[in-house]
Amino acid sequence: MRSVIDVLDLSTTELDELIGVANDIIDHPENYREVCKYKKLATLFFEPSTRTRMSFEAAMYELGGQVISMSSAGASSAAKGESVADTAKTVSCYADIIAMRHPKEGAALVAARAAKIPVINAGDGGHCHPTQTLADLLTIYREKGSFSNLTIGLCGDLKFGRTVHSLINAMSRYDNNKFVLISPEELKVPSYVKRDVLKAKRIPYIQTTDLLGAMPDLDILYMTRVQRERFFNEEDYLRLKDSYILTPEKLKNAKSDLSIMHPLPRVNEISVAIDDDPRACYFKQVLNGKYMRMALILKLLKEADRL
Amino acid sequence: MNIDSIQNGIVIDHITAGKGMKLYELLNLDELDCSVAIIKNVTSKKMGKKDIIKVDADIPVNIDVIGYIDPGATVNIIKNGIRAEKMNIQMPAILTNVIKCKNPRCITTTEQELDHVFKLADKENKVYRCVYCETKEERVI
Repeated sequence: MRSVIDVLDLSTTELDELIGVANDIIDHPENYREVCKYKKLATLFFEPSTRTRMSFEAAMYELGGQVISMSSAGASSAAKGESVADTAKTVSCYADIIAMRHPKEGAALVAARAAKIPVINAGDGGHCHPTQTLADLLTIYREKGSFSNLTIGLCGDLKFGRTVHSLINAMSRYDNNKFVLISPEELKVPSYVKRDVLKAKRIPYIQTTDLLGAMPDLDILYMTRVQRERFFNEEDYLRLKDSYILTPEKLKNAKSDLSIMHPLPRVNEISVAIDDDPRACYFKQVLNGKYMRMALILKLLKEADRL
Repeated sequence: MNIDSIQNGIVIDHITAGKGMKLYELLNLDELDCSVAIIKNVTSKKMGKKDIIKVDADIPVNIDVIGYIDPGATVNIIKNGIRAEKMNIQMPAILTNVIKCKNPRCITTTEQELDHVFKLADKENKVYRCVYCETKEERVI
């Protein structure tokens, strides 16, 4: 049974196919309003989530399908000690496809191996969040027209940010991209990502702490939040926190066609004054996430012979 | 130093010196009733020094454990006092329930029934990663 745990489970050909379907959904939503009629998506969210859960639910409803879910992990059998595998087997009897978020890394793989229906990983701890990366990729494609020849700036917490690692992995599969990794020393991209992805594929990258200096070269600026709890001492946090807050002044030397992205939620790392800037794409990412989830649900249901 | 030759059993030879005890532990050889010999720091033309393990019983041996700890070792099956089979060992692509994932955020820490499965992610550097959370294993030796 085909499931999607990591964005790398999808080949570049399959990504192209998903992006094609998502674009077609955007252009012709009327063609998709009943394609999942009588089909059920089970949303199994073992930890709180607002946007991802609502995005999956909206996606299934817009395909004409229905959604079943547990009200919360605390109210489910998981609270009684049921294993993830047993939960997945049980829910397989009720639904046609599962979207699952769980605080433990690898939980989605365990569910996928046990389930009789496709499982989409909606986030497994700090490990993978493939549909966020799909949202990012559709946004890049729609803003830039391709996945190649781009200088991609990643800014903020590059150490713990799972979306950052997934995006580096995904964009490393395309030609002639460059990465500018902008972060405090404490939050640099882990060495294994540089070694296993960037160096292994000979992809040019630079590491810097200077967002302003990097700005003029960037085609994409992907912002993430620098969190207080990631620092070893308060002094360093206070010294650095404002460096990674994007304000209109910091965009003065940016390209006119820069795309500013953020996986959201933001706290204060992008000034609200930028929201009306045509280069701001982060709310488009939210919408694109729904379309990519629609495309992914369709693909997996078709592969499982449930459509 | 003399160790009696065995009639029916297993000789694990060409073990890198110092790894014999770890193999003994991970192969659970302490649980056997038969004679088991660990010979450490044996002079070897090829290796300088090596360890050897002899098990005086025809028992199944987890080849994956040997491949993980010391892929240069050889396993000889002895029948009626002569070598019936010599097995060259390779690093296993998948390692099941040999080592445990130490990542406290891994699903294996809460789902007690799950097998601990690692895959060989980098053969050159002998790196295994947990199939669930992709955490690199902490080498036991």
